[in-house]
Amino acid sequence: MRKRADLIFQIVSLSTLVIALSALAALIYDIVKDGASRLSWPFITNIASRNANEAGVYHALMGSIWVIALTGALALPVGVAAAIYLEEYGSRSRLARFIELNIANLAAVPSIIYGLLGLGLFVRLMGMGQSVLAGAATLALLALPVVILSTREALRTVPKSIREGSYALGATKWQTIWHQVLPMAMPGVLTGLILALSRSIGETAPLITIGALTYIPFAPDSVWSKFTVLPIQVFNWVSRPQTDFKANAAAGILVLLALLLSMNAIAIIVRDRYQRQGRA
Amino acid sequence: MTAASSKIPSLSGIASRSGPSPSALDAPVKIGVDAMNFYYGEKRALDGISIQIRANLVTAFIGPSGCGKSTFLRTLNRMNDIIPGTRVEGTVRIDGESIYDPGVDVVQLRRKVGMVFQKSNPFPKSIFENIAYGLRINGLTTSKAEMADRVEESLRQAAIWDEVKDRLHESALALSGGQQQRLCIARALAIKPEILLMDEPASALDPIATQRIEELVYELKKNYTIVIVTHNMQQAARVSDFTAFFWLGRLVEFGRTDKIFTAPQEKLTEDYVTGRCG
Repeated sequence: MRKRADLIFQIVSLSTLVIALSALAALIYDIVKDGASRLSWPFITNIASRNANEAGVYHALMGSIWVIALTGALALPVGVAAAIYLEEYGSRSRLARFIELNIANLAAVPSIIYGLLGLGLFVRLMGMGQSVLAGAATLALLALPVVILSTREALRTVPKSIREGSYALGATKWQTIWHQVLPMAMPGVLTGLILALSRSIGETAPLITIGALTYIPFAPDSVWSKFTVLPIQVFNWVSRPQTDFKANAAAGILVLLALLLSMNAIAIIVRDRYQRQGRA
Repeated sequence: MTAASSKIPSLSGIASRSGPSPSALDAPVKIGVDAMNFYYGEKRALDGISIQIRANLVTAFIGPSGCGKSTFLRTLNRMNDIIPGTRVEGTVRIDGESIYDPGVDVVQLRRKVGMVFQKSNPFPKSIFENIAYGLRINGLTTSKAEMADRVEESLRQAAIWDEVKDRLHESALALSGGQQQRLCIARALAIKPEILLMDEPASALDPIATQRIEELVYELKKNYTIVIVTHNMQQAARVSDFTAFFWLGRLVEFGRTDKIFTAPQEKLTEDYVTGRCG
């Protein structure tokens, strides 16, 4: 009887996995079917055009790369610093507990709310305008809770014996964190960052809210440039009536997926390098 | 360690090997502890400990698990400070200076009082970097050449240089358990402490690695004051000059190692060292 329950559970788990994966496979198949024919080098290097067959994603791709690189550059140091404070310095204070609770809540806030905040704070109040910087700052806010939570997890997994070993040599708390704890936590920190950026790279709503454009005739050349990103370009194409643009949208999604995968690949390589440092 | 193997006669035989000359036992007091109580939160873990530990000798702490010997060891370099909710009463003096006074720099204290832990805890870095870390964070070296010299010196002192000299830049985690523990000893020695606290340094090692650690302890006491916690009574008898027996957070008996093992004053001590209790 117990064996049968075991078997049933195995079958149920396997079938849910198959359902989830086949939905994903169907999605990818559909996109590849629609978009593969449009995918070509000129599609990457061409700029947006009224003519579907000449249109490309170059500006949107560059915009996405700019925004996501800057988002990572903003979210990583701020998120790690916040996590270090919460985990290592303030972990038992009432304030820290209050902040911790709210960070968990922030992770669940709809992204468009962040867009509204970004519009009010970065675009208007701080005068960044509809720039790459404003977009990245908004997405960084979105990414921060995930980075903070995963960094705290990672800091917690560093064995106490390593901290004690460092303290016993006359290291200060900061030296211990900087030289021993943080390097050991780095793989976990980077995993969190990958997750957060993967979500950010697909965000459309907050960027439209802060005023990212659907059409720009140039690629960003500084953090103050106006910009668009791939999901917005795809959104633009999907909303066109001509069927040719539907193929463009599918191809745009493929480019976005490729960007996402290569970004993750880089992060995984960096993470493995950190992990290997410890091992023989 | 069985009850049968810890009979008194065999122990006294071993103890005499490292037995110091009587005059050496009058060495000046390095660590003086007076009426110390220690608390984890509300729970009192150490009760009225008073002890005088002499310079350049080996003092062993023995007693059953949970008797407070490791906790006491960790009060000597204020390692318990990093555990929340702990509290110390009474005084602990090192070279006459009270180490729990408000003005004391804990970082300076720990430079002077090194520590080796029960489970070897090399940093996940190269062998060289493990040693260099303490020198670097304390700003003890100014040049690369001096750093290399100090690293070599420390590794030689810990009797591990010959085994690692060709692989200094490989990961310390690739070393065997016994080598890792000697690396941790070398790491502690690199910053030139005066006192070395060892918390069951050989408990996770095989007999041969254990023997090497014990020989090292014997070698090191020329230059360091050593306090060693051990579960292994033969080990205490072999390596130490003085032995302190702890029981339920109290220091039951403290004296010359040969006396503790051959003619203990307390019934409890006698029962413990002969394996009748604990």
